[in-house]
This record gives sequence, C-alpha cells and structure tokens, in this order.
Amino acid sequence: MFDFDRASRAAASDEAMKTIVTTAVLRQYTARTAEMKVLPDSGALRDLAGQIRQHAIDYLDYYLEQMKRAVEKNGGHFYLAADADEARDIILQIARRSGCRRIIKSKSMVSEEIGLTAHLESAGLEVTETDLGEFIVQISHDRPSHIVAPIVHKNKASIGRLFSQYFSTPYTDDPEALTRQARLHLRERFRRAEMGITGANFLIAETGQVVTVENEGNVRQSVTTPRVLVSVSGIEKILPRLRDLSVLIKLLARSATGQAMTIYTNLYGGPRAAGERDGPGEFHLVLIDNGRSEILAGEYRQTLRCIRCGACLNACPIYRSIGGHAYGGVYAGPIGALVTPLMNGLGEYRDLPRASSLCGACFEVCPVRIDIPRHLVHLRRDIRRQKLCRLGERLLFRIWGGMLRRPFLYRFIGRRQKKKLRRLADGDGWIVRLPKPFSGWTETRDLGAPAEKTFHELWKQKHG
Amino acid sequence: MRTVALFITCLADQFYPRVGVAVTKVLEKLDCRVEFPKDQTCCGQPFFNNGFEKEARRLAQRMEDIFAGYEYVVTPSGSCCAMLRQHHGGAMGKKTYEFSEFLSGILGFEFSSVQLPRPQSLVYHYTCHLRNLGIGDRSGQTLGRIGNIKLLPLDRADQCCGFGGTFAVQYPAISGAIAEDKARCIAASGAPTLICDDAGCAMNISGMCHRKNIPIRVMHTAELLAEAMGLDTSRW
Repeated sequence: MFDFDRASRAAASDEAMKTIVTTAVLRQYTARTAEMKVLPDSGALRDLAGQIRQHAIDYLDYYLEQMKRAVEKNGGHFYLAADADEARDIILQIARRSGCRRIIKSKSMVSEEIGLTAHLESAGLEVTETDLGEFIVQISHDRPSHIVAPIVHKNKASIGRLFSQYFSTPYTDDPEALTRQARLHLRERFRRAEMGITGANFLIAETGQVVTVENEGNVRQSVTTPRVLVSVSGIEKILPRLRDLSVLIKLLARSATGQAMTIYTNLYGGPRAAGERDGPGEFHLVLIDNGRSEILAGEYRQTLRCIRCGACLNACPIYRSIGGHAYGGVYAGPIGALVTPLMNGLGEYRDLPRASSLCGACFEVCPVRIDIPRHLVHLRRDIRRQKLCRLGERLLFRIWGGMLRRPFLYRFIGRRQKKKLRRLADGDGWIVRLPKPFSGWTETRDLGAPAEKTFHELWKQKHG
Repeated sequence: MRTVALFITCLADQFYPRVGVAVTKVLEKLDCRVEFPKDQTCCGQPFFNNGFEKEARRLAQRMEDIFAGYEYVVTPSGSCCAMLRQHHGGAMGKKTYEFSEFLSGILGFEFSSVQLPRPQSLVYHYTCHLRNLGIGDRSGQTLGRIGNIKLLPLDRADQCCGFGGTFAVQYPAISGAIAEDKARCIAASGAPTLICDDAGCAMNISGMCHRKNIPIRVMHTAELLAEAMGLDTSRW
C-alpha cells in the first residue's frame, strides 16, 4: 500500500533533490510566462483550446469512430484496448506476428501507465528508450518524475556517473559529451530497429493522423526507420479536425517548456504509400481506455481535457517541494493528484487530493482551463462521503461547524481558546509546541500567540 | 458618507485584532461609517475546502443573513472574500470586498496621497486568493506608491506560502517546506517588514520566520496605511 505521508516527508527533507527540481521547473515556468505574452491574446486562445478539448471528449464516441475509419482508410490498423493488460497484449502480438525483436521506443506517458517496456522485455524483446531522458530512466532503473521532463530530479553529476558506469568510459559531466555518448549508442539501435513505438500528443479524427512533438528527432527516427510502427495513446487525446491542431499546438510547447514550438512536429497516419521513400510497412494505432471512460461518465470529465503539458507541475509549490516520485503514480503534480486517484481508486491515493494548499497556480497556467482546485475539493468531498478519512476528523469538523453557527458559543469558545493559547506561549508570545490535533503546525513552524483581546472584545469595549 | 460592514474573519478576530482596528480607523478616516455585526463568525471556507459542502453553505448563508442590510462588506482577508464571492456567490458575494480592493475600487483612494513618517523598506506577499480573485498586483506596486516606501523585489513572489488552511496541520512537512522556501526568499530580500493581507499567510510566514530566526515584522496593508495616516492602532 502506497504511503504518501512517508514518501512526501522523505522528499520534502531531501534538500538536494528539491534544489535540482525547483531550479529546473522554475526555468520552464519562467520561460512559459514570457512566451505566453508573445501571443496576442493567450487568454482567449486558452478558452478556445479548452472548448475544443471539451467538445472532443463530450463527443468522444463519435470521434473515435471517425478516427478508426480514417486510420483504416489510410491503410493502418486500429485497436481499442479496455485496460493495460489488453493493450500490452495487443502490442506484444503485433511484434510477434510481424517477427520484430528489436524495438525503439519514444516517450509516452501512457506506455508508463501500462508498464509497456517491462512487459515487452520480459517477453524477450529488446526495447530501447530513445528519448534522452527516458533512456537515462531506463538504464538507471528509475521512474520518470515529471510528465515532460522525466529526469528533472537528476543533475549532471549523477548522469555523468551513470554514463561512466554504463558505457565504461571516463567520468564527465559535460552535457554535450554525455549527449554525444547516448547519441552514438542510440544511433546503432535506430539503425537495426525493426519496430518503432511512439506515443501521441494529439489524434486527428478527421484525417486519422497521430501528432507528436519533440526536440530530439528520435520520434521522427522511430516513425521513418523501422518497418513496423505502433503508436499508443489514451482515447482522450482526440481533436476533431486538423485545423483544431493550430490552436492546441500554439499552446502545448509554450505551456510545457516555454518554447514557441518544439524542434520537430510529426504528423503521420498510415504505412508508407506507393511512391513514398520512407515510412513503415505497417502502421498500428492502439488506443487505451484504462479507466478513462469511467472518468468520462462522471463529474470529473473535464480532467480528460488534459494535454499532458506539465505546466501545472512547474507552477505547483507542492511539486516543487516534493518532486514527482512522492506522488506514487505515473502522473505527478496537480493533474496527477486528480488522475491517479481517479484511475486507481481513492482508497490508496486519498492523500493526493488532500495534500494541496489550493493555491490555484495550476489552474492559472492550464492551457485547457481544467479547474484543478475545484476538482481536488470535490475529491475531498468524495473521500469524506466514502468515509476514507478518520472518524475523529469528521467529528471535529461537525463540532466546529456547530459552534460557528452559534455566535454566542463562537465568542465564548474563542475567548477560552485565546486564553489557553496564551498560556502555552513563551515570554515573547510564541508557541513552539501545540497539542493535538494542532500539533502538525508546530512540527515545522511556531505560532504567534493571540492578542490579549479578540476583535469582538475590542469592539464591545468601544461600542458596548 | 458610506456605511461599511466589517467582516473581521475568525483568524483575524483571534490572532490579528489590531488589523481590525486599523481597517476601522482607516475607513473612518476616509469618511466611512464602520459597523460590526457581532453575530458574524466564519465564512465557511475551511468546510468548503475540505469538502463539507452542506456545512459550508449553511455558514455562508448565515453570513448572507447577518450582512443583509449592508451595501458594502469589507474584509481584511482575500481568501475569505474569495470564498464568499467565488464559491458562495449570491448577494453577499457581490458586495464583499477585500480591503485594498475596496479602497482603490470603491473609494477611489490614491495610495500616493499618503506618506510614512520615516523611510521604510518592505516586501509584499502576493496572496494566492488575490491571484484567484484576479485583483492586486503581484509585486505590490500599489503599495509602493505610498510616500517614503522602498518596495524591494521578492524572489518567487507569486509562489504560495504553504498555508492552505487545515493543509498546514495535516501535511506539516510539505506545508513547512513551502513556508521555509518563502521565509528564505523574504530573508534574501533584506527587508525588515513584510506586508501580508491574509491572516493565515501571516501566521504561517511569521511562524516559520520565527522558527528559523529570520527577523521580520509582518503587517497588513491597513496597518501600514494607518501608520502613514498617523492613526494609532494600539487602542481605539
């Protein structure tokens, strides 16, 4: 059972990790703020993007049908997988049927969600992560800690040590030299790969195309070099028309890394056509439900608008303080605090929606206007209704509420509490240790004691 | 003369009653008549945030009834204002103003029209609920117009202080880590005074600064203005 309290406490006291993560995400956050200002009216564009995404998921059944027809018309194969098991199996069968043993894979959060790489490897296939960050994750047997920047928790030195050990080369922490090592290694893998696996940033229902954005060119390699191409995606990544992409593409890289555009934008949707010089012989699109249609059916539907840009992670003070691993799921940060419990159940992940100051920084940056704080509050309500929080806590709120509805009681208890707190204070008026249930406060900070008289008392003194 | 009802909020009532005195005196100085309905308690925010919808609604409705006769309700807390305006809505939501917002927006008060008796350096804490209300400027430029003020830049000014109501007690390690970051940024600014317009943030930031031996005086905008207007907030 996932223990958020333990994981987050350990992370919050890991000063080195926090410094690495904060520095990196602040850089992206600052770049985003600057790059958004370049747009003539980013607010209106985000409204529109939110509407497009909402429309697409509101009519998801229709657009999935359209997507299927378009992919098949392009000569590709279309699969709908109900859960992770089915998805992994479909992809393994594709590899077996086509006789592919060597796979190059580019970055895909949904593949993390279904544990794809491990599954294919255990079936005896060679899978190489080709995104530099994901490659580092793979060879260090780590997990991505950020939707967009998987190794945001690692610094140059740790990557230098890792590469020195993995490639048996002298230590260097020069990013260019390290990248060159990975590049040479991956070049060979690209050359002999039989199958490419990519994720998808968007699916265009109108044309049956998959859209991926990237900075390294490894996705383009995966799309053009191997003889079999498989793209995996959640069912919700659909856009109705190609022209809708022009809205979303303006926001995706800006929100993610603060780039106006990524270096590469790939659109592909079928096997190599007659007369084309490159591209795969086979194209397979595997769309994964894995709990999404259940979310679609409920009040948290809006969360399916998410385009996985990671802007909410970069903006979040909690993420900056505990990093991504402490969230316990594949998706970290504010959006992870929603989708992890929604997909995997509130029981094990009930801390995630509660561990938020509801500061609203995530909502402020979301390119598709997902009201994350509101959904977090609603999940807290569900936690309470399902009696997943302690009875004492529920009781405390009940008593507190009853008191607040009786002004006489409020003033009376207020005066008593004030006196009690003042007795706990030292000579300078500071409380360094509070009793339960407030002891959490003084675990990390002090409390200034209340003034001698409450405002109610002061007012009464003057006005009677 | 405008009649204004003061909504003190439960935290300021207990921990910062002097802010209530400052708000009253500044508003009176600006030709307002201030009244204080004594049956007021809490806007229901802790209940709303913790998913106790029904209790939150009952408490907000109570406030609606208590303040029914007033045209303007002014509160020294952005977060309680946001609770009533954005989550409760209704007539109460429309007529409730955060203190500085009321001064600039309704009274047309110019911050440049007053000045502190002595030069002072300060930093401004941009509270999250001002962001959520879409009011106030992030670096506190409005405050900077008060004479004799030197407004110093604060790193990561738009980052939350980590308070978050009951969150601070439920997840002290995370809340504390965020608060510590805020305290470090404040210490690095070199300012002896922090202006903070929310009692929760003020308790959190001052408590963390005290724990970390960072000397800082935390004040509300109303207290700063009272000082600039020569009003004594230590007594009526």
